[in-house]
Amino acid sequence: MSTASPFLLLANATSLPWAEVPEWPVAELVRHTAAELGRGARLCAWFGVPEAGATRLVAVIAFDADNTLAVARSAPVAGRYPALTALQPQAHLFEREVWEQSGLIPEGHPWLKPVRKTAGAAPAAVDFFRVDGGEIHEVAVGPVHAGIIEPGHFRFQCAGEEVLHLEIALGYQHRGVERALSGGPHRATMSQMEVVAGDTTIGHATAHASVLEALAGAEPPLRAQWLRAVALELERLANHTGDLGALSNDVAFLPTASACGKIRGDFLNLTALLCGNRFGRGLVQPGGCRLDAEPDRLARLRERLTAALAEVEQASAWMWDAASVRSRFENIGTIHARQAAELGLVGPAARACGLVRDVRYDHPAGWHRLAQAPVAVWPSGDVFARARVRWLEVQRSGQLLTEQLAAQPEGEIRAELPPAAPDTLAVALVEGWRGEICHVALTDAAGRFRRYKIVDPSFHNWIGLALALRGQAISDFPVCNKSFNLSYCGFDL
Amino acid sequence: MFVFDTITHRLRRGCETMAYPNGPAPALPDRHGGALRVDAAKCPDGCAECLPVCPTEAITRPAGRGIALDLGRCLFCAACVEACPHGAIIQTGDYRMAVRRREDLVLGEPGREQVRLADALDGKLRKLFGRSLRLRQVSAGGNGAEEADLNVLGTIGWDLGRFGIQFVASPRHADGLVVTGPVSRNMELALKKTWDAMPEPKIVIAVGAEAISGGVFAGHPEVRGGVAAVLPVDLFIPGWPPHPLTILDGLLRLLGRLEDEGRLTPPPAT
Repeated sequence: MSTASPFLLLANATSLPWAEVPEWPVAELVRHTAAELGRGARLCAWFGVPEAGATRLVAVIAFDADNTLAVARSAPVAGRYPALTALQPQAHLFEREVWEQSGLIPEGHPWLKPVRKTAGAAPAAVDFFRVDGGEIHEVAVGPVHAGIIEPGHFRFQCAGEEVLHLEIALGYQHRGVERALSGGPHRATMSQMEVVAGDTTIGHATAHASVLEALAGAEPPLRAQWLRAVALELERLANHTGDLGALSNDVAFLPTASACGKIRGDFLNLTALLCGNRFGRGLVQPGGCRLDAEPDRLARLRERLTAALAEVEQASAWMWDAASVRSRFENIGTIHARQAAELGLVGPAARACGLVRDVRYDHPAGWHRLAQAPVAVWPSGDVFARARVRWLEVQRSGQLLTEQLAAQPEGEIRAELPPAAPDTLAVALVEGWRGEICHVALTDAAGRFRRYKIVDPSFHNWIGLALALRGQAISDFPVCNKSFNLSYCGFDL
Repeated sequence: MFVFDTITHRLRRGCETMAYPNGPAPALPDRHGGALRVDAAKCPDGCAECLPVCPTEAITRPAGRGIALDLGRCLFCAACVEACPHGAIIQTGDYRMAVRRREDLVLGEPGREQVRLADALDGKLRKLFGRSLRLRQVSAGGNGAEEADLNVLGTIGWDLGRFGIQFVASPRHADGLVVTGPVSRNMELALKKTWDAMPEPKIVIAVGAEAISGGVFAGHPEVRGGVAAVLPVDLFIPGWPPHPLTILDGLLRLLGRLEDEGRLTPPPAT
């Protein structure tokens, strides 16, 4: 990058003074951001910072190939500005969110409607995109679904069995997470971060702790970084195993479904072995980890991990060997690589379209600077690819864990954290099991949070599910949905 | 040969359903700690060491009395156990902690050091549901973990079906509503509609700290602060999230399927 770059570069899990972030007239910021995204950068976050009755827009983008992030901001703006979405579709939800939160209108946005807000009785009580015609019918599903699952509303436009268009309306799970962070961190903040998405506790807790550490200008002890990386892979193994079971259940292949249901619990219990909680609550804290793992505990962890990995290997083999499973997975819910790139998909959903993007590899922070697994990619973009990428990641996470458990660093597990720097911006990305988790914090003059932005991978990926359903039979919705397995609460915040 | 391979593998795995409740319960993880026991009589005058360390402000100390700890707000982080210099708050290692009345989760006073475990449903309801209970689950701001550990009860290890308990898709088929989450305002209407769609008689079960008290989101204007603000709750199952064993114990207790009413022999932590 030349020094004339409109963005200021920074590495993952670092901070820089707010005053140094390049400031542009809003139209220039949109133009520069669109240009960089057009050259292959990705939009990690786009949000507003309230300032004197107006809003400053902030763009955080990632240059994956250069292993660097970049940030720029606009001058305070009120009223309207030219939409980034019109040039780069991956900004579509970010701009809707800014509009919902600040009233700033992105002119030229093709589908400007609320993201989480209740319009009357429920989030879905707004207009949906409709297809007209004598043979067209509309199917409305949710918010309450037939299963033990979070709520959301799906609106299908169908011609017979074929889905012409799917629109997804969320917001039912909105708990006010971001709003509560201003003026923080508060007493409950760390706990709230652990349940931004309750199945991604380690991912979000690590991102939040990393932001606080970057603001304080301190690194946690190496042993804490190692333990966080171990817990992150255990979280990935548990969820991917559960997803493989759920996928086989949705195509009525029950041997793998029932075995993986149990093995998923075995992985959760390994996290519980580390910290007492199956979801990793209370393990990560700013400045390190709350608990250490003594040699005897690690020996038990290794032993049980080896057994669980062997079991999931076998249970998955049954599924891959079954022609009936393969034929139900192949060519269902296909997204092409170009579409995935334009929409800014992340995580396994992006890697299943052949895109090589993984925060652990592209923007390594913490222990991942020292140890990495090969990025798992599959090119076909369908349900098969999303299942296959999960399976490859189970194998590679297992391999990485086995290696790293034998390479533990000695030392302290936590350190006292200095106070957060004032008027500073910090960014932390973590590759959670669903993909890129992005936390951005901006402090005020007292070092408290002036603005805190959370981007769960689901925020990028729900549109991928909507697109995957185009031209599919509506009866394929469950297996397509399961192949993404996105978070409702992580999106709704 | 694929079918034979699958059958062979399946046979080799054998029966994986746990012996509990006829045999011993599976051990809780040693760092879990289980339910807390709070002996407020041990609190010296003026001591408030535990109050500021609780992330959800679950501990209060009314003037002139010992502390009161609300297990319905508790995240089981044990920060208070570490902070207390007087041994007034200890971990029991006991997985059993479901109660019928909200106040039974408030611990501290003499005679109220531990949770008062749930009684079974009374005669008519117990007769109706004791051998067949159909549940509809609604996540109202839930974070996915409580939902995951409810799903776990349906897996082969726990096999909820052997007790006649089953999660159903339609509220029309349900005897009970299992709610997770602090009841986000955006889900309030859907939750009420689900409840209204269920035939009488019907019960409500609140699972997890958020559903019981709002948990880490208590006080947020975006949530109602627990299920009881919206519906009459028959069973409170504490935890963040509750261990599957705690949930199963609560359900069986409610149906009068467990006999160990005493608190004398908590299973040892391993």
